[in-house]
Amino acid sequence: MNLLGHYNYIVVVVLMMLGFYTVIARDNLVKKLIGLGIFQVSVFMLYISIGYVSGGSVPILTEGVTLYSNPLPHVLILTAIVVGVATLALGLALVVRIREAFGTVEEDEIRLKEDAEG
Amino acid sequence: MIAHNLVALPVVLPLLAAAVAVLLPPGRKPWLLATGIAWLVFAASLALALRALGGEVLSYPMGGWEPPWGIEYRLDAANALLMVLIGAVAAAVFPFAGPSVKRELGEEKSPLFYAALLLFLAGQLGIAVTGDAFNVFVFLEISSLASYTLVASGKDRKALTAAFSYLIIGTVGATFYLIGIGLLYALTGTLNMADLAARIPEVAETRAAHTAFAFIVVGLCMKIALFPLHLWLPNAYTYAPSAVTALLAASSTKVAVYLLIRFVYGIFGADFSYREMPLAWLLIPLAVVGLLSTSLVAIGQNKVKRMLAYSSVAQIGYMVLGIGMASSLGLAAALLHVFNHALMKGALFMALGALVYRVGTSRLHQWRGIGRRMPWTMAAFVAAGLSLIGVPLTVGFVSKWYLVLAAIELGFWPIVAVIVIGSLLAVIYIGRVIEVAWFEKGESDERCEAPLSLLIPTWVLVIANFWFGIDTRLTVGLAELAAQSLGGTP
Amino acid sequence: MSHHLILRVVAKFLIPLILVYGLYVHFHGEVSPGGGFQAGVLVASAFILHALIFGLNKTRPIARPGVLKAIAAGGVLLYGGTGVAGMLFGGEFLHYGVLAADPVKGQHLGIILIELGVLFTVASVMLLIFYAFAGRQKPEAQ
Repeated sequence: MNLLGHYNYIVVVVLMMLGFYTVIARDNLVKKLIGLGIFQVSVFMLYISIGYVSGGSVPILTEGVTLYSNPLPHVLILTAIVVGVATLALGLALVVRIREAFGTVEEDEIRLKEDAEG
Repeated sequence: MIAHNLVALPVVLPLLAAAVAVLLPPGRKPWLLATGIAWLVFAASLALALRALGGEVLSYPMGGWEPPWGIEYRLDAANALLMVLIGAVAAAVFPFAGPSVKRELGEEKSPLFYAALLLFLAGQLGIAVTGDAFNVFVFLEISSLASYTLVASGKDRKALTAAFSYLIIGTVGATFYLIGIGLLYALTGTLNMADLAARIPEVAETRAAHTAFAFIVVGLCMKIALFPLHLWLPNAYTYAPSAVTALLAASSTKVAVYLLIRFVYGIFGADFSYREMPLAWLLIPLAVVGLLSTSLVAIGQNKVKRMLAYSSVAQIGYMVLGIGMASSLGLAAALLHVFNHALMKGALFMALGALVYRVGTSRLHQWRGIGRRMPWTMAAFVAAGLSLIGVPLTVGFVSKWYLVLAAIELGFWPIVAVIVIGSLLAVIYIGRVIEVAWFEKGESDERCEAPLSLLIPTWVLVIANFWFGIDTRLTVGLAELAAQSLGGTP
Repeated sequence: MSHHLILRVVAKFLIPLILVYGLYVHFHGEVSPGGGFQAGVLVASAFILHALIFGLNKTRPIARPGVLKAIAAGGVLLYGGTGVAGMLFGGEFLHYGVLAADPVKGQHLGIILIELGVLFTVASVMLLIFYAFAGRQKPEAQ
């Protein structure tokens, strides 16, 4: 197995684990969202690098070019980016309202306040 | 024109209506629009189900692009069952939502609330009908984003944190699904479900296919809220407005269960899922542990809404048990329980919403003597509760009966015992509510029945619980047809 | 930020250019990279720049939240309406080929209309999200 030949997958996996770890391990809600963003971006990288055809050109019809990259994964990821934007906006909006309601964005402190309410 | 486009209409109608709802003034109008759309969708899905019951498979090329290149909408018996289910639940819950949401949230934000409700509906129906694996992701996120907003609209401040953790887990689940689809696309070069199913056997031995399968199954299990990935569900159900809880409980996780069935049986094939991959060893133990442990947790809850939420996780255990059995009968039982559980949980949460409408809380100790004050509402709760337990003549009995038959057919006797114990635990937690509501004395005996606008939709679902418990032709017919067309045996 | 003369002059110069570039990205999106989504973000960024330089209170009267909400919904309806028109002309939902006598012309017309809907919705939703975050008062100050 050629490690350098698969470097795109290595980048994807490293980013994915960084993001996923942040989502799980951090108590700060904003940091969780940042981790979620990194996690999603790693998947975007996976798709975009899959679409690359070695030696292929930009997928726009040009004279004299016969080999194009695959545009479909890129289009799919455009959709996924939009979904990511919507998720991030909604998540941040929730964090703002949580901050207003609880006075903190730290998960452990929020949990203490919630438990106190019963 | 309508006949040709009938497959697309249930998705297109709510999607456009959501945009119209935003433009309407606050008040009753957005609700009336949403209710009308829900009824139209229900009518369309019934018409589609009748055609699917005749064994027809409808294929609809979105935008005129022929499959497998374009997005295909494809309707067979499994989709049709799910569409009828979503349509029926929406047709019952949307009328109920009007007075209930007005009482719990007020009407200033009603255009946005009903827009979110309609988007949720569009997303759910889209997942049900689409034949394209990536399109599933898009609709999954449309309905999930709408449901995060709906959960966050609850009055309690804990609704915000519940919605936030739902958002995190839901997004991680959807992204896992996306990773799986990406790997499959890299392997096969197609996103069309039927085309995927045809091409996966060639690459079944590769490690990438195994990884893709693992990511898709785990991602979907997060959306299903299979034990131990269920931690988002109890809070989300507890703090969402009552009507939203009824809708979420009746359709959201059910759609994810359908997707799991579609991928495990329809796309990867039972042979791959159970021979190449050890899926049964994952699903059956988790289902059994989840079913028993969350039933026990449900008994200990002092808020009825939370108790029912835990019971939902337990009921998901039954469905996953049916999927994990890897037989046609088990699959049919799982599909049947998807439909039946939606009916009973929809009815239970709506009866609960009607009780909360008058009492203002779902804390059990404030429900003392409520049975004498609101006899019709409480009777609906009890009737739906009987169905949840699985008393004969109700839908709960039908699906559990099929599940037991499937377990006996395979000789899984311990599973039969688990199903029976699960039902006994349900007797305990439903029994606690009945005891407090009917046999303990409240402060007053004054009658304060919930308004008819809440009672009628609730009773419609309760009667459906008994109707489909006695006349099982439509549901069992569709479920068996679906199990056959998906190919239940490995 | 009233004392930042250079910023204000440069912004006044840039904002129209950004708007025109956004429209270019939209209408040229058929034959080169681009389209409604990118164009919508560009158009919204022009307004956001305006808000950053001149203050939210100056931008809100130009692009009022109520109007933006209507535009956002209108964009979705334009998109869906084009799709439904495809059905009415005897094709499928979002089948543009049937919109004109010549299928190629129909595809042109359809994609421009669809992307115009996307542009409207994306631009106004981006701006609304910006308003929601930037205009949120601290609870103590309310």
